[in-house]
Amino acid sequence: MVSMNAIYLVVTGVVFVSLGYIFYSKFIAEKIYRLDPNFETPAHTKRDNVDYVPTDRVVLWGHHFTTVAGAAPIIGPAIAVIWGWLPAFIWVVLGTIFFAGVHDFGALWASVRNEGNSIGSLTGEVISVRARNLFMIIIFLLLLMVNAVFAVSISNALVATPSSVIPTWSAIAVAVVIGVLIYKMHVPLIWPTIVGTVVLYAVIWVGDQVPVTLPETFMGLSAGPQWILILFGYAAVASLLPVWLLLQPRDYINGIQLFIGLGLLYAAVLLANPDVMAPAYNLDAKVIGAPPMVPLLFVTIACGAISGFHGLVASGTTSKQLDKEPDARFVGYLGSLGEGLLAIATIVVVTAGLGSSEEWRAVYSEFGVHGIDTFTRGGANIVASGLGLPVEFAATLLTVMAVLFAGTTMDSGVRIQRMIIQEWGTFYKLPVLQNHYLATLFAVGSCLVLAFGAGGTDGQGGMLIWPLFGTTNQLLAGITLLVISIILVKLKRPHKYTLYPMIFVTAMSFLSALYQLRGLYEDGAWALLFFDLLIIVAAIMVMLEGFSAFNREKKNAV
Amino acid sequence: MWRALKRWIYLADEFYKAPYRSAIAREKRDQEDLFMLLVFSELMGVPNPASYYTLELQPILLENFHDWHTRMGMEKSPLDNFRCC
Repeated sequence: MVSMNAIYLVVTGVVFVSLGYIFYSKFIAEKIYRLDPNFETPAHTKRDNVDYVPTDRVVLWGHHFTTVAGAAPIIGPAIAVIWGWLPAFIWVVLGTIFFAGVHDFGALWASVRNEGNSIGSLTGEVISVRARNLFMIIIFLLLLMVNAVFAVSISNALVATPSSVIPTWSAIAVAVVIGVLIYKMHVPLIWPTIVGTVVLYAVIWVGDQVPVTLPETFMGLSAGPQWILILFGYAAVASLLPVWLLLQPRDYINGIQLFIGLGLLYAAVLLANPDVMAPAYNLDAKVIGAPPMVPLLFVTIACGAISGFHGLVASGTTSKQLDKEPDARFVGYLGSLGEGLLAIATIVVVTAGLGSSEEWRAVYSEFGVHGIDTFTRGGANIVASGLGLPVEFAATLLTVMAVLFAGTTMDSGVRIQRMIIQEWGTFYKLPVLQNHYLATLFAVGSCLVLAFGAGGTDGQGGMLIWPLFGTTNQLLAGITLLVISIILVKLKRPHKYTLYPMIFVTAMSFLSALYQLRGLYEDGAWALLFFDLLIIVAAIMVMLEGFSAFNREKKNAV
Repeated sequence: MWRALKRWIYLADEFYKAPYRSAIAREKRDQEDLFMLLVFSELMGVPNPASYYTLELQPILLENFHDWHTRMGMEKSPLDNFRCC
């Protein structure tokens, strides 16, 4: 077999997505969304210095990108290369250019043009109130899965790389110290940044010297589930603390980690110059029990190709801070491009960093068990040979990076979930749900049910939940694209650039959901089966209402 | 060179503050709303042992009074003998 140099893959990917930004996003900005520099954005018209604040576009891009970038563009491609590197690569590149970019950019534009309303409220406005309520349920389920899946993947990573335990937890202490220094003692940011980053990397070295493992069994639970319980305990506490103390500094140091990590990975690939040893198309995938590539590939890689979660962020917080409408292209489209680059780096790492073709096949001998630890194994080899660092140290470094991403998403996820539960409490007049602590308990409890229901009790197979998470995420993206299409129809503008991606993504998600339904039934995974059914029913109802609204507007537009 | 450095420091500073600006501002506003309630509590019939001191603050906080009562869901001033809008 002729192997391919990884640099070609990186360069091709970077060139294509860059061309996508330069040409396709310009076309969309000028001809479809028709951005107007004179349009007064909600950040100005509704300025309150709380939610609505005009913000520098580079800052807003950094904020948007680090909010949407989590461990998902790492885990998805790490699982999906089981079908070979080519399908994953093509989906990431084309997905970023024609799906994610248009989706994120569109959600931002639609929100800015509608007083900064979120996609949820826009669904209520352009489709129906019932569709909005169902949409909220899908969002809640998505958050539930995000928290469960990240807890399982963090616990797997901490078990697989014991040297990452000390640095991962020390990062919390570093964050708290930075928070106190800045908020209480008003120290200029630059010093805590430099010292904090140095300490974080020094602790990685300490962790490398002192690996920590939990007892093999504790109260009948193996190490994986023990970590899951600890993580949710932590997330519950973190979500209740004032944001300046932990979440804010934690997000900040993780953002820095993200940029350093991404730079390090790309530099290591360029210097190590590895060959891609995985097959372009893995003919053995079916033999080793992988599900059919179509439709599962398109939900396995969600973030990095297209993700509904981005639409929530774009229309939830980003749109309220957009200074000028043309900035939407820079912030929205380029934000998704950053995710695409992380996904491309992951594909290279897990196809070129795991040794020879035979060694790669030995690692990829089963579907759905890969994730952060596969990424760190491959990445460590490349970073070690590219930058001359010891393999163990590189593995710890990358594990910490990925775990921190996933950890931050979990913190914020539990916090948002708690807020949604409290909102329901206010809406339906249920004081029990309005209580801070009880709402947190409900949020964490529901996540735990899912994490353990997904096979987390034995610490294995927890990643089975991943395709279900992808399915929910993609359905959400489909609904967002449908809302954008309806708005475009109302404005009598071309809508095929959002409608065609919507049809494709929705079709693939439905097929995946149905395929998984059978698998979950056969496996007797009842908790997941229940969630899958719930998602299918909710999504069908939203889509039916959406299409009826689409046709209505189309008739009106003629 | 100096300008570029200043720009980087500004970006890092905003990168730290911007994502949580609204959460912190909201928390601060909630605290201020509670404070408003304490200051104007006697006028609404709620006894306030510190009214000797809070009375002095009323003229200072008058500017924020309209925003406060509208935010609290009261379209018009809740106080009979206290004109606002």
